[in-house]
Amino acid sequence: MTRGGIPFVAPMLALSIAGFLVPLVVLAAFSFSDPAGGFGMANYVKLFADPLALQVLFDTLALGFKVVASTTLIGLPIILLFWHAGPRERSLIVFLTLLPMLVSNVVRTFAWIVILGRQGPVSQTLAQLGFIPAPRSLLFNETAVVVVLSQIELPLLLLPVMAVLSRTDRSLVSAAETLGAGPWRILATVILPLAAPGILAGWVLVFASATTSYVTQSVIGGARHIYLPQYIYREVGVLFQWPSAAAIAFVLLATTGIIMAAMAMLARHPRLASHG
Amino acid sequence: MANGDRLYRAVVFGLGWLAVAFMVAPVAVGLVMSFTAGQTLKFPPDGFSLRWYTALFDPVRSAPIHTAIWNSLQIAVLTVLGAFLFAMPAAYGATRLKGKVSAIVEPLMLAPLVLPTLVYGLAALIAFSNIGLRPSLPLVVLGHVVVFGPLMYRACIAIAQRLDPSLEEASTLLGVGAFMTFLRITLPLMVPGILAGAFLVFMQSLDNVSVSLFLADARTSVLPLRMFQMIEESLDVRVAAISGVLIGVVFVGLFFARRVLEPARSA
Repeated sequence: MTRGGIPFVAPMLALSIAGFLVPLVVLAAFSFSDPAGGFGMANYVKLFADPLALQVLFDTLALGFKVVASTTLIGLPIILLFWHAGPRERSLIVFLTLLPMLVSNVVRTFAWIVILGRQGPVSQTLAQLGFIPAPRSLLFNETAVVVVLSQIELPLLLLPVMAVLSRTDRSLVSAAETLGAGPWRILATVILPLAAPGILAGWVLVFASATTSYVTQSVIGGARHIYLPQYIYREVGVLFQWPSAAAIAFVLLATTGIIMAAMAMLARHPRLASHG
Repeated sequence: MANGDRLYRAVVFGLGWLAVAFMVAPVAVGLVMSFTAGQTLKFPPDGFSLRWYTALFDPVRSAPIHTAIWNSLQIAVLTVLGAFLFAMPAAYGATRLKGKVSAIVEPLMLAPLVLPTLVYGLAALIAFSNIGLRPSLPLVVLGHVVVFGPLMYRACIAIAQRLDPSLEEASTLLGVGAFMTFLRITLPLMVPGILAGAFLVFMQSLDNVSVSLFLADARTSVLPLRMFQMIEESLDVRVAAISGVLIGVVFVGLFFARRVLEPARSA
């Protein structure tokens, strides 16, 4: 089975190198070029001396963590539901997870404008219950961005977990029950450790997606609450500062990369990996 | 014990289905909204009608939207074709590589899935500009093939790994060449993976903003960017009608592709 693989792989390999690796190297080189034509750290020095840029970087990473935390909180009940469900319910849950994931990001973001808008159901209900004096728009703040991104990224957390749980043997639970463990104890000592590698894999995807979702961040966050993707686009599309945009893009890549690598390493931790 | 059981059940089923509802609700809202009879995004709507669909399909008033839809469809179809030509053979080939070689090749092929597409869009813009290529529709297709090709690769490799080698051996023993064997035996067996991959690549390409943002020229308007502008500028209710159409496409596609997309099979 080891013969003859290369000719089939070669075209895509060439495309990956020429179309993907080379542009990234060019981007890196570009981030070290200064307007005068020389090479140096000027773009990075400027970036780290700019309090606004640092604030935006900090907000973006914080957003990633907040969305990871909230998808985990909302996702856990679904994970448990999936675990206890029979084959037909499981297949329904998978369908209901894939459906929103495949629906366009722009469409989902638009639906949230309707839901959180002044004439939307949330604001009308809050006004009727007297929590707010009159219906008003609940958009354009960080909480809204976190809520919307949580809904949008939830499937990214759930699918890896469902994949892991579908492959596991339920007799472990029967064994724990026979030994007299209650449902909460089984949850903490059997189900969660089994799901952990999937959850960590999901965290990586959610974090990567939440920190870079340009459309949702700009539509739901508005102009006052900007994150790195909008900052990069502004440098390129409005200010034509390509080298400094390249530097910011690299900082985004490096910081999110380090955090994602840490999550991925945690997933391969021997105590977790042995269960998967 | 019994109390704990009941509480546990209430938590799992109550919160579980509530969370599922939270996940699906926006799709339902988008669908209902598209049938509103009103002028605004009031929800729930005061009445239902097909007026926004009529407005969307009006060839004169919605001409810019139609251009964007046409561009996006062209890009998505060409991207699927490109992904098929590059990634499908690669997935098959990767299962026939030696362990050491595939340990280097695999991560490289899947890397575009992890990289923020916005960063890739910028990198591609800078790199292509350096060799004199200006933003254009073919460049968008190229970018989409690089970024979404791995989805096709992943969908196909799940199938390719389970192929029975004895079928190919039989074909080879009968004197059929390697290329013809691939075409006549392997390719038909990989159809489910190809279809699932094609569906994923098509939807992602149709939805992509961050690569198109950098690689499309001013004349090539694409659907998600057009919708994005319509939302930012005027909250045009025709966006709801476009949403309705897109949700319908996903529903139909998912219905057919569901069996191959189940996580236990594709992961």
